[in-house]
Amino acid sequence: MDIFLQQIVNGVTLGSIYALVALGYTMVYGIIGLINFAHGDVVMVGALTAFTVITGLLGAGAGLPVGAVVALGLAAAILVCTTLAFGIERVAYRPLRRAARLAPLITAIGVSIVLQNTAMMIWGRNYLRFPELWQSRRFVIAGASITSMQVAIVLVSVAVMALLLLMIHYTKLGTAMRATAQNPEVAGLMGININTAISIAFVIGAALAAAAGFMVMAYYQVAHYHMGFILGLKAFTAAVLGGIGNLGGAMLGGLLLGVVEALGAGYIGDLTFGFLGSNYQDVFAFFVLILVLIFRPLGLLGERAGDRA
Amino acid sequence: MVHRLTALKRHPAAVWLGLVLVGAALAAVPFVAALGGQAWVRIVNLALLYVMLALGLNIVVGFAGLLDLGYIAFYAVGAYLYALLASPQFGLHLPFWVILPLGFMVACLFGVLLGAPVLKLRGDYLAIVTLGFGEIIRIFINNLNAPINITNGPQGITLIDPVRIGGFSFATTGRFAGLTFTGPMKYYYLLLALVLVIIVINLRLQNSRIGRAWEAIREDEIAAQAMGINLRNMKLLAFAMGASFGGVAGGMFSAIQGFISPESFGLFESIIVLTMVVLGGMGNVPGVVLGGVLLSVFPEALRYMSPLQDAVFGRELIDPEAARLLIFGLAMVFIMLFRPAGLLPSAVRKRELALHGD
Amino acid sequence: MQASLKALTLAAAMTLAVAGCGKEEPPPPPAPKAAAPAAPPAPPELVVKIGSAAPTTGPIAHLGKDNENGVRLAVEDVNAQKVMIDGKVLKLELIAEDDQADPKQGTTVAQKLVDAGVVAVVGHLNSGTTIPASKIYSDAGIPQVSPSATNPKYTEQGFKTTFRVVANDIQQGGALGHYIAKDMKAKTVAIVDDRTAYGQGVADEVEKAAKADGAQIVAREFTTDRSTDFKAILTKIKGKQPDAIFYGGMDATGGPMLKQARDLGIKSKFMMADGGCSPEFVKLAGEAAEGFVCSIPGTPVEKLAKGEEFKKRYRARFGTDVQIYSPDCYDATMVMVEAMKRANSADPAKFLPELAKTDYEGITGKIQFDEKGDLKSGAITIYEAKGGKFDVLTTVGG
Repeated sequence: MDIFLQQIVNGVTLGSIYALVALGYTMVYGIIGLINFAHGDVVMVGALTAFTVITGLLGAGAGLPVGAVVALGLAAAILVCTTLAFGIERVAYRPLRRAARLAPLITAIGVSIVLQNTAMMIWGRNYLRFPELWQSRRFVIAGASITSMQVAIVLVSVAVMALLLLMIHYTKLGTAMRATAQNPEVAGLMGININTAISIAFVIGAALAAAAGFMVMAYYQVAHYHMGFILGLKAFTAAVLGGIGNLGGAMLGGLLLGVVEALGAGYIGDLTFGFLGSNYQDVFAFFVLILVLIFRPLGLLGERAGDRA
Repeated sequence: MVHRLTALKRHPAAVWLGLVLVGAALAAVPFVAALGGQAWVRIVNLALLYVMLALGLNIVVGFAGLLDLGYIAFYAVGAYLYALLASPQFGLHLPFWVILPLGFMVACLFGVLLGAPVLKLRGDYLAIVTLGFGEIIRIFINNLNAPINITNGPQGITLIDPVRIGGFSFATTGRFAGLTFTGPMKYYYLLLALVLVIIVINLRLQNSRIGRAWEAIREDEIAAQAMGINLRNMKLLAFAMGASFGGVAGGMFSAIQGFISPESFGLFESIIVLTMVVLGGMGNVPGVVLGGVLLSVFPEALRYMSPLQDAVFGRELIDPEAARLLIFGLAMVFIMLFRPAGLLPSAVRKRELALHGD
Repeated sequence: MQASLKALTLAAAMTLAVAGCGKEEPPPPPAPKAAAPAAPPAPPELVVKIGSAAPTTGPIAHLGKDNENGVRLAVEDVNAQKVMIDGKVLKLELIAEDDQADPKQGTTVAQKLVDAGVVAVVGHLNSGTTIPASKIYSDAGIPQVSPSATNPKYTEQGFKTTFRVVANDIQQGGALGHYIAKDMKAKTVAIVDDRTAYGQGVADEVEKAAKADGAQIVAREFTTDRSTDFKAILTKIKGKQPDAIFYGGMDATGGPMLKQARDLGIKSKFMMADGGCSPEFVKLAGEAAEGFVCSIPGTPVEKLAKGEEFKKRYRARFGTDVQIYSPDCYDATMVMVEAMKRANSADPAKFLPELAKTDYEGITGKIQFDEKGDLKSGAITIYEAKGGKFDVLTTVGG
């Protein structure tokens, strides 16, 4: 039982991170119907930017309190990521908004490759070790070990998501974005600046990505140039699972996927009598994705059809 | 194009002369390449393999407009099928002419297996599902060494038989008509023959009912359906055709290399083949051939980048490998932005990919 | 990646009691003749081309360049020595090619070397390139000595031209498994690998050897060489409470894995092969590295006078530090030159049988080949991390 509980704890933490990244996919997809392949790499850029700023400040011995260093690092990451995402949308996606469907997808893949290799040239190929900023405390509850870092990750994710939901549903900006998502032409006629609304979706997604990148790095204490790609794929799966375009769905999908993965890796050997093992861990996400798309393309809380025209 | 063809039809002699010239040029390629060493014959062979892959993917992406990011899975299936049936792994040494059609069919089957459940998905979902499919195949190949050893896992399969037809081996040097043919040169002709067959099939398909049906699906699925096109069958056919060419290419790769391991079938290989199709021009056979040749010979050019950087800057500023990937990524973005129909655009595709102001 | 980052110490030193193993069968002379440069009779100089193949671009470019430099240093030394072969002064010419650690490029580059008329090749670095290339060298009758490919299959193909100067996975994994079960007296062992040829190869051999020596394998788990989250498999392992955990993989994943294991409250001994014996591992694992155990084939570098000297000369010549395999590359080159000397010929057909009979005291230790071309040796040194440094625990096997 304590093992089972531990797997749930592992899964929920991982799932919270998936959820944060999934929000970026779901907002962009909801508003312009594009899978932003480069989103995972924006997460990576956020993590590495925060790494450089934080280790730089700590190394410089400016004597700033740790909290201030983290705040500065996070602010830098958000600034870089939002600028990047804004630029990517302007340069690589906006000119193709009316082109054939394949075109923006291919540029998205191209942008992802460019980001990864540029990051590799800047930060190198090695794994970077992120320092332990706070002595992480470990609680043991019913045999399961929980660190203060895990608690912080889950709480921050939930708080950010709640803020986002409030923003989308109760501010003018949020209303404009929802209108654009529903029908860009009509929204435009209503005096909404569609381009702004779309840019803002990208920018908010990137800010969340920066936060997620920082948390992933702080949690595992490593960062490297290809950390974003697989994370992005998993997060996208989470978004589809929850129902793409649906913010609550992204949260639910993220948590579910995290737990399914943890339990899968932990128990698949027993379930298949040793035929499959944890070597098939990465297969789960893809199987879940395919199954959801076939049997419930709307996702669990879906608003939009997966195959909407 | 059509114009020129009909014009040529009136001059059969000119057509024959042209064919003979092109044939002679193609036949002479390995001898020209061999002037730079047998390694260049191998490079040309590799380029032909990639051309086969690009032509196969072109059917799915270019003709039918279905973005497949897991295409390399079929290549892997073909390669492993050949390796398992012609190596000491299971002690089987089936002849080439049995395995090649088998590889064609098994890859085709996998194409249908992938295609069937994902038919209803629209473009971008399809991309991500096919990507997942490609990874699933690779993960299985990498792990099927236990509990029953099928693929030998990450260690790969060694001592794969070269192609033999009767007593004629493609791996050894032989003499014919006063000329010396090395192993790689013999493989060149075999690969060339396969590529030509695939090109002919591609061209015939493109100008057939099927090709026009694919084109209709690509441009507007709903309208195509309304015109009585069976979406399911047509999409499955595209997946199956594309996959089977990938399978054939995989079998050839296995035979030429003599050793395969899962590391040759990563996601990035899929992206490289896709870049070839995009760069050359989606849906346009000559363009795709050009894209395949350009991008597979490209790494050879990068070999001169390190010494060049050393000479100019005194040290290496940019790793050529990183530069290669960066250029691939940038090529995808810029081609889509500024030349969406590729270097050699097809007329129809050009029209479709251009910004239409609806 | 088969190349393991044992950057901590210089290299493998194979000082083994090999007194009683002098019964090598001379292999039958290789049939095809290579493009051995027939030396012009007029100048008393015998120009001989020797090839080096390694990935000098891409993710492990630093290792590839290190390999190339190892060969280069050996070539320069030989040329300075004015070795006489068949009445002529041997002049080695290095032809270095970049195989990008890609199997496809591996065969292309092998063909380039054969085209260039090399009489011997030091390479390749990875097993994935070494194996497909070995067929081309074998067909051309050119001896190939890999300084770093550890996949056992490389020498099991029945080619007469394949040699290596590094312990293969079976040798290292076997000795390590034996150590775990016998010396450490671990009764229960959990084994994890990263599904790469190197990680899986070593882990499987550790499993076999530990089992044979009476240890129980309580968990067999897997990850990938690009993973960062190991909590799910570690939690499962935690439930089995093994005495020791062995991970077949590299430092980049091993360090974080050990750290996460300690976070989960796992107290088992954590062990790796040479892939984890690096400062990089300590950097990534942080405090959790204390008490970590890993192995490196060969005897400890401190016992090798030539090792330190090589390090210094390498730094003086290239301005960088030795990475991992350059001493092995140096030795591989020297072993071939020695074979040429004994055969009094630079014709591969003539010196290949002599190469198989090698008995050479190199900077990495004693080099002798068994009938397959593998190193005749089984000594591995076990290290333990203490205060951020690796201390020698013991040398086992051999």
